[in-house]
Amino acid sequence: MELKGKVFKFGDNINTDEIIPARYLSTSDPYELAKYCMEDARAGFGQREDIKGSIIVAGENFGCGSSREHAPISIKYAGISCVIAKDFARIFLRNCINIGLPIIEMPDTDEIDEGDELKINFDQGIIMNLTKKKEYKINPYPDFLQNIIKSGGWLNYAKTLLKNKEQE
Amino acid sequence: MSKKTMTLKLFEKKLQKELKIGEFVLVEVDKALGNDITAPVAINEFEKINNECPVYDPDQIILVPDHFTPNKDIKSAMQVKKVREFAKKYNIKNFFEVGRVGIEHVLLPEQGLVKSWDIVVGADSHTCTYGALGAFSTGVGSTDLAGVFLTGKAWFKIPESLGVRLKGKFNKYVSGKDLILKLIKILGVNGANYKAIEFFGEGVTNISMDSRFTISNMAIEAGGKAGIFPIDHITKEYEKQRGFDVETLEPDEDAPFIKILEIDLSEIKSQVAYPFLPSNCKDIDEAYEDKIKIDQVVIGSCTNGRISDLREAAEIIKGHKVAEHVRCIIFPGTQEIYKQAISEGLIQVFLDAQCAIAPPTCGPCLGGHMGILAEGEKAVSTTNRNFVGRMGHIKSEVYLASPAVAAASAVAGIIAGPENL
Repeated sequence: MELKGKVFKFGDNINTDEIIPARYLSTSDPYELAKYCMEDARAGFGQREDIKGSIIVAGENFGCGSSREHAPISIKYAGISCVIAKDFARIFLRNCINIGLPIIEMPDTDEIDEGDELKINFDQGIIMNLTKKKEYKINPYPDFLQNIIKSGGWLNYAKTLLKNKEQE
Repeated sequence: MSKKTMTLKLFEKKLQKELKIGEFVLVEVDKALGNDITAPVAINEFEKINNECPVYDPDQIILVPDHFTPNKDIKSAMQVKKVREFAKKYNIKNFFEVGRVGIEHVLLPEQGLVKSWDIVVGADSHTCTYGALGAFSTGVGSTDLAGVFLTGKAWFKIPESLGVRLKGKFNKYVSGKDLILKLIKILGVNGANYKAIEFFGEGVTNISMDSRFTISNMAIEAGGKAGIFPIDHITKEYEKQRGFDVETLEPDEDAPFIKILEIDLSEIKSQVAYPFLPSNCKDIDEAYEDKIKIDQVVIGSCTNGRISDLREAAEIIKGHKVAEHVRCIIFPGTQEIYKQAISEGLIQVFLDAQCAIAPPTCGPCLGGHMGILAEGEKAVSTTNRNFVGRMGHIKSEVYLASPAVAAASAVAGIIAGPENL
């Protein structure tokens, strides 16, 4: 899988209250949630036209706070293609893997700026910063998580497990 | 035999085999929890993939609509309706209606729905609360909850553990909240990311069950996957009252902790976490010097809505009135705690002091309802997060503290400790 997009840059400890504030949690409709994606980190972000296909790049501990899956859902349905951060809070990472939102942990996000054009090749494990002409290596996920990702999320994987069990 | 952390012992007992830290495992969980915010997303996902089959085990599932209840608006009412209808359709008996509902992480241990040695997941980040019982309990997402509906199982990576060895005893008016805030200050908000925090040492026996719940509850605020206490005579007594006879649990000496912090409980002072991170703590003496004028005090939540929290607040508030410019709102954690507070005369104390008493709900903690802050307002709250806009307007501020500091601040009208009254 390869994708290309423009960077929107955020800081450290971006929490789930900033990604999708509780005042918008009275619904589970993903397209409604998408409108308020990153609302309290950058007001109006979810309603911008130019975020489709873009990449969020952030610092440490992205997605800390609540377990609300509404946070990665709002990012995914807003059309953000990938989130890159120095590291992710545990539940947020889990939720992204479970719902199939591509995320990448890499230490050098300080070298990437707002507006940079990135090309990511997941098979080769490479991020290219086309604007700054720099290249970074991505660490692959453990096999267990890759299997979930390949199945298109945890429920599809879990269903396969069930089916295999029935056939045993 | 190799030395083991409590985390490893809990997983090995459940799966009945030797395991390694870092290993991925599928576990049939004892209980899985959802609330009115997270369960609807799980229900959507489950119904997309499931062709009208029953859920794996209805008795494994607990649905607690506590966040926006009593329903704050039509949309919230529709969310709860969806959860109610799902519970009915799939014969899930542990669905709690208003009048019986409490704040999930206070309610479940109280009702004996979770217990020592259990492996529990909850689509709520504060599910780590039950680690206080010597259980492995962690917050997950809605898709994980849907996975339990479907298969009864959840996936885990057995985490590394970070040890906290405790000694000594809390001073008066210092409690579990102060210990966990101090620990978050030391570790930072991601210092325990992907790790289990395990508490042990002689100091543990000086910490009440209610304080242990508060401590485990906020393990997530340091990024922790779990916050686990040993199962000792205090836990056994608590479980006995709920009809469970449980085996003890503690980490092996020289268990492979990635780090061990040593904390003397007697050296901890009341803490106040300033906006906008729970790690941003000052000792109360220093915070009092700042003379921060407040508009609201919230006492309650899954962190501090238990009976000993209300007792502590009432002891301090008794005979005083809430400062004229302050709104003080009390949220008993469950109906049982509410009744207990009435029978002990605590509610009378709060009413006499001109506090408002709310029903058990998460309410303002996450900026839901029943105490939302306006632009520029400041609150002292016994809740667990003080992120930007957490309790309302993006330009409002939340200061986290213990029930003792919150009660004293309500009376003083500025951030203050009981000694400052």
